[in-house]
Parts: sequence; structure tokens; C-alpha cells
Amino acid sequence: MRLLGLKTFRHGVHPPESKDQTSGLATRQLPFAPLLEVPLLQHLGAPAIPVVREGESVARGQAIARPDGRMSVAMHAPATGTVRRIGLMPGINGRMIPGVAIEPHPASTQEVAGGAPCPLEAEPAEILAAIQQAGLVGLGGAAFPTHVKLDVPEGRSVDALIVNGAECEPYLTTDHRVMLEQRDDIVMGLRYLLRITGAERVIIAVEANKPDAAAHLREGLPAELPVSVELLRVKYPQGAEKMLTTALLGRAVPSGGLPLDVGALCINVATTAEIGRLLPRGRGIEERIVTITGPAVVQKGNYRVPIGTPLRFLLEAVGVTVDVDRVFLGGPMMGTAASSLDIVITKGTSGVVAFTETEAERTHRREYPCIRCGYCVDACPIFLNPAQLGALAKQLEYQRMADEFHLMDCFECGSCSFVCPSHIPLVQRFRVAKSSVRRTGAN
Amino acid sequence: MASPAKTLEIRTSPHVLSGYGVDEIMFNVVLALAPTIVFAVYAFGTMALLTISTALAACLVTEALACRLSGEESTLGDWSVVITGLLYGLTLPPGLPLWMVAVGGVVAVGLGKALFGGLGMNPFNPALVGRAFLQAAFPVAMTTWTPAFATGRFGAVPSSTLTLPFTEPFYDGVSAATPLALWKFDRQVTDVADAALGFIGGSTGETCGALILLGGAYLVARNMMNWRIPAALLGSVALLSGLLHAIDPEAFPDPLFMLFSGGLMLGAVFMATDMVGSPMTGLGCVIYGAVIGVLTVVIRIWGGLPEGVMYAILLGNALVPHIDGWIQPRVYGTDSARRREAES
Repeated sequence: MRLLGLKTFRHGVHPPESKDQTSGLATRQLPFAPLLEVPLLQHLGAPAIPVVREGESVARGQAIARPDGRMSVAMHAPATGTVRRIGLMPGINGRMIPGVAIEPHPASTQEVAGGAPCPLEAEPAEILAAIQQAGLVGLGGAAFPTHVKLDVPEGRSVDALIVNGAECEPYLTTDHRVMLEQRDDIVMGLRYLLRITGAERVIIAVEANKPDAAAHLREGLPAELPVSVELLRVKYPQGAEKMLTTALLGRAVPSGGLPLDVGALCINVATTAEIGRLLPRGRGIEERIVTITGPAVVQKGNYRVPIGTPLRFLLEAVGVTVDVDRVFLGGPMMGTAASSLDIVITKGTSGVVAFTETEAERTHRREYPCIRCGYCVDACPIFLNPAQLGALAKQLEYQRMADEFHLMDCFECGSCSFVCPSHIPLVQRFRVAKSSVRRTGAN
Repeated sequence: MASPAKTLEIRTSPHVLSGYGVDEIMFNVVLALAPTIVFAVYAFGTMALLTISTALAACLVTEALACRLSGEESTLGDWSVVITGLLYGLTLPPGLPLWMVAVGGVVAVGLGKALFGGLGMNPFNPALVGRAFLQAAFPVAMTTWTPAFATGRFGAVPSSTLTLPFTEPFYDGVSAATPLALWKFDRQVTDVADAALGFIGGSTGETCGALILLGGAYLVARNMMNWRIPAALLGSVALLSGLLHAIDPEAFPDPLFMLFSGGLMLGAVFMATDMVGSPMTGLGCVIYGAVIGVLTVVIRIWGGLPEGVMYAILLGNALVPHIDGWIQPRVYGTDSARRREAES
């Protein structure tokens, strides 16, 4: 679907973009924290198995844990230093998860260790194995193991590979900076991706609020690659896989299915750049770019943050105002509020946003009864009926929500809660309903 | 860094909201009604001011009382009952005895809204419930129209307005027939321009179609009104009455007259569009609007009453749960949605 020359999807919402304060700032290196705690589970799947012992010296970029099966990836030392502890550490959602704590050597130059490069000419299976060993997961926030996603099953084919540079979440400018600063890495990543997936063409999708990134990419794309850059209308959740597939290809991903079911494969632009950066050097991911922003942050910017940097250290490094009231990881539409300042930056952390009391206050609104305005119906990108689902959720009719009203198709973008004038916590209730249905189904 | 006592709030996303609240939407509806209210007072004078104020007061008091009885927090602040009160007042004949206005107001909010559970729960438009009650209880008073633009209208009010409670009103002046009644009973046609601009008789706030449309345009522009409802409603009235007029211009009035006479504009723009009583999907709103439009024409032409908007909207309200049951959004990536993609 096209609107005013820009491709887009139907429905969706327009939250304030709030990107101006960081989109123009080049990435900077965040200093090393005195102790970096690398969780062994930073992705969807099984935790990695540590291959180092307490007291052992490790080099920055060295593998410290190996994947445990297919749904798992390797972990790497974010700094040259000593392994201080292997044990449970606080995870992002408040649960304790296994991890490896490393104390960086203050005197080290922090040179990154390399390994055997993975040549472009390697077999697709070898490249996929290299991606798993590089510890790559979706850097857009979902943290799904990249080698699993890119493994096109027998009998399926990819006719369009969609590189997701939409970055539709407000505040975040990570992908924007990657597109401006890591074009060569992206191109290299594309070569690997084309080799793995056998895709006929690649579309780099960029929301129209980043024309500089689109122009920069267009200038530097090698003519021999079947790659185009498409501008998308600025609308949330433009960067969701299903919305991208529909906007760019006019195909709807079947309910319960993947873009692959309609010949498409979506991969985040920062993940693409990391493939291009790490594989030729035989390295693993030891840091990532994180947008640290929000009204409560003093030195807003885009930072290269070592994986495992504690949130407390990060906030102290950039400075926060005294009236800080809420900190969340990711963007404001789907990001998770930090349960503690002891949690750490992981591979899936695209942003850290800190709100002051003023912004937090705006979500403390009195809940009114549903006035049946239909705003949520017009906002839902999946064309669900959030008002009806909300009424059923209130009566705890979770199974009926799933059976009759497609609850499980909800991907929790939050557009319904965003528009609701009665301030009903719709998506919040749907999350509870979905997990309840999943538990019932599992039993 | 924050002081040691500082705690961080943990909440689930989204961490930003659009900023539109129920109270803001409702307040803007009141704003959109303002020109119509001002015109009503200009056209009918003091008695209109008294009618509207009494209606508003009766509704506010009833709502406050209902909140107190049910032990709920006061809901006066959400502005919804203000809209009910104003709309209810605007639908009444200008010279209606104030005691009747008050009784209807109590019925509007008490029976039409509070008994169903308050905001969001009422199936019928409360203002119209109040008016329908009066129509059934006091048919003569509800069809006696004090003329607009009477000289001295800003001074004393007609004696009917100040009728003692529970007594019959006495009408001292000439009573004016509404254009619809003139047409229905005398086959007399009123100039459309007069009707559109409000130089006609009728209920307190229904006479100036142009100002009502202006208020509606404001709400549509602010995305606080579903434009499909008035569009489908007025469109179906125009279409059906146009068809009938083409068949027999003598027996059926022309569509522009139909659009700008009676309470159609007020009903189409401010009553049928009440969010609580209208469907939630776009297609549902179109069906709902069209049903009300057709019913209005049918009642006006073949019914016993000259005007049919009120009953048409109430019948439309009754259909909404069924419309919302039939018309569900076609979920992305399901068979029904794929059919839609194939069609387009």
C-alpha cells in the first residue's frame, strides 16, 4: 500500500518521535564498568554453557560460553580481564539468570581478539554456524537467534529479504546511526545474507524521518547487488515484521505464520551490520550501540556499550537528573521498565530511556469505562477488536479471547493502549491473557 | 544520581499515551455545541436560555445523585453528562414548561444512563430517552412550537414556560408550525435557505443546520467524531428522499428540504454520533447511519408524526449490539482478510 508516495500499512498510530536530540550524535564509546556481568541467556532459547572458569583471564572478544543446542548462541568477553564469578545474576524481568562476571584489567589496551574469518564463499551452513558462534541475535529487541531465523527450511524460498531500518519506536536512534556509520559493514552483511538465503532481492526499509540514512545507503550500494532502499511512511509499528512485509510487498503474513510463508525474510539493519563486521574477522559480539536518552538523561547520545554493563553504571556515566522516575530498556511503546538498576545491557537492548516525573505522570491517568469510541479498532495493525478483547479480559475469558477473537495474533505493539481515551490498560491485559492461554495450552 | 530515597516506577509499556482523554473528547463536544446554543438563545430569547439551563441543571443534579447513591466517585468531571443535558435541552420545544423540562432531564440521566450503569453502559442516547419520555407523556406540549425571532423575546418569557408543576400549560402567543408539520399536514413547503440558516420554527437547538454542521466539522477535524455516521445518515436521507421526490415531486418533498428540516442535522451530527451508542467498526458505522437515515424518511413520510429522527436514532441504538456482533474487523493474515486483499 502506498500513501503520498511512501509505502505503509493500514491502521497504526503516530506517537511523538522524540528522536531529534540523539539522531545527529555520532556514536561514542561508553567506558568499561568495574565489573561486567554477561548473562548466559540474552536471547530466546536455551542459555549458553560457560567455557571459562572463575579466576581465568580472558581477552576482549574471546568466547566465554558455547551454544547449548540449536536455539542458543555463544557469548563473548566484553573486555580483557579476569572472570570473577560464574553464577546467578539479576535478569531484566527481575528473575535471576546464570551469568559470567568479568573484571576488566584497567591497564589493558582492550584490543579485540579475532579468530578464523568466515569467507563469503563458505557454504551457507558454515556461515550460519559462524553466525551462531559470533553470538548474534536480533538486535532490534526481540533477540531471536539470527542463525535460526536465517536458516530457510528445505522447500521454502526467499524472494525478498527485508533489511529493517524502520526504527519506528520513538526516542531510539540506534539503527539510524548504524546506517550512517556502518555502511560498509551493512554491505558486507548483505553479501553474507544473499549467500545464505539465496534471496532474489534485498529491500532496505527506512522510515521517511531518516532521509539522510536512506541517501547515504543509496550512494554506497554496489551496483552488482540486487539491493534497493525504500522509504516508508513514519507510523508506528512500521518496523514490525508483518507490517513491513505488507507495506513493501503487499502480502499478508498468515495468522500464526512467518514472513517466510509468503517468501519474505526480515532482518534488523544493525544485525546485518554486525554480521558484516564480525564474520570477516572471526569475532564475536562484545558490544552494541545503545541510544541512551529521555528527558532525565544529561548526556543523551548513541553509545557503544560493552555487553554486561550494569544499568546503574551506565546511568551514572551519562548522568541523570534528580527527578528521574522511570527507566526502561527499548522504546516507550514496547520497552520493558527496568526492575532494578543491577540489571545489565544485553544484546537485545536497543535503547535506555529515562523519564522524569513529568513524563511518567502522563501515564497516570484515571481509568474510565470503555466509551466504545473505536479508536483502538482503528489503531490495531492486526485488525483485532481490542475493545471487545478488553471487555473479555476484564471477565477473565482468556480462552474465549483466543478462540473467537484471535488474541494470539496480538504482538503487543501497544497501539490500543496508546490511543485509548479511557486509559484502559488493554495491551497490558492482553499480555496476561496470552501468557495464561499459553500456560493452559502447555499443560 | 538520584537521592538515596528515590525509587523508580516499574510499569509495563506503553510508556507514552496519545494524550486524548474521555474528558477532553467530551469537553470538545461541548465546545462544538456552543455556536448552536448561542444561536438558540438568539433565535428564541430568554425562554431558550431557561430551557437549556433547566435541562442541564436537571441532568447534572440527577447524575450527582446517582453517583452518590451508588457510592461511586463523581462523574461530573468527565463532561459526558453536560453533553446529555445540553443536547436534551436543545431538542425540546422552546416554550415547554420548565417543570416538564426538569422531569425529562431526571428521566434522561436516571433511566437513560444511571440505571444502565453510567458512562459507557447506556445502550440508548440518554438525551433522546428523556425526550422520548416527554413525547409520550406530554404529546401536546411537545408539539406546540413557540415561534422564533418573536419581538421582545429577550424580555419576559411566555406563560407556558413558567407553568406550575403538574398543571397544563397555557399558550398565550401564536404557535408556529414547524416546516415538517407544515409540509405534512398542509403540503406547504418552506424555503430551504431559511431552514438551513435557522429562520424557522422548531425545537430550541435544531433550527440552524449550518452551525450544527460547523460544530460537526470541528469534531471530525479533531478526530473526535466518526464522520461515517453523519455521512451515511445524511447520505441515505438524501438518496431515499431524492428517489421518492423524483418519482412524485408532489407527494414527496425535495431532499434538501428533508436534510435541513426538523431535528435531522442535530440528530445526525450530535446524537447518532454519540460514541457509546454507535458501532465500533467503520463499516458498522456506515450501516448504522444508513439505517437511521432510512427510518427517518420512512417515519416522516408514512408515519403518524411529522418528525422521526428521535425514534430512528433510538432504534438505531438498539441495533448497535447486533451490528457490532456481525461486523468484526477482518483480522490480518486470516482468510477473510486475504479475501479483502484479493478484492482490492
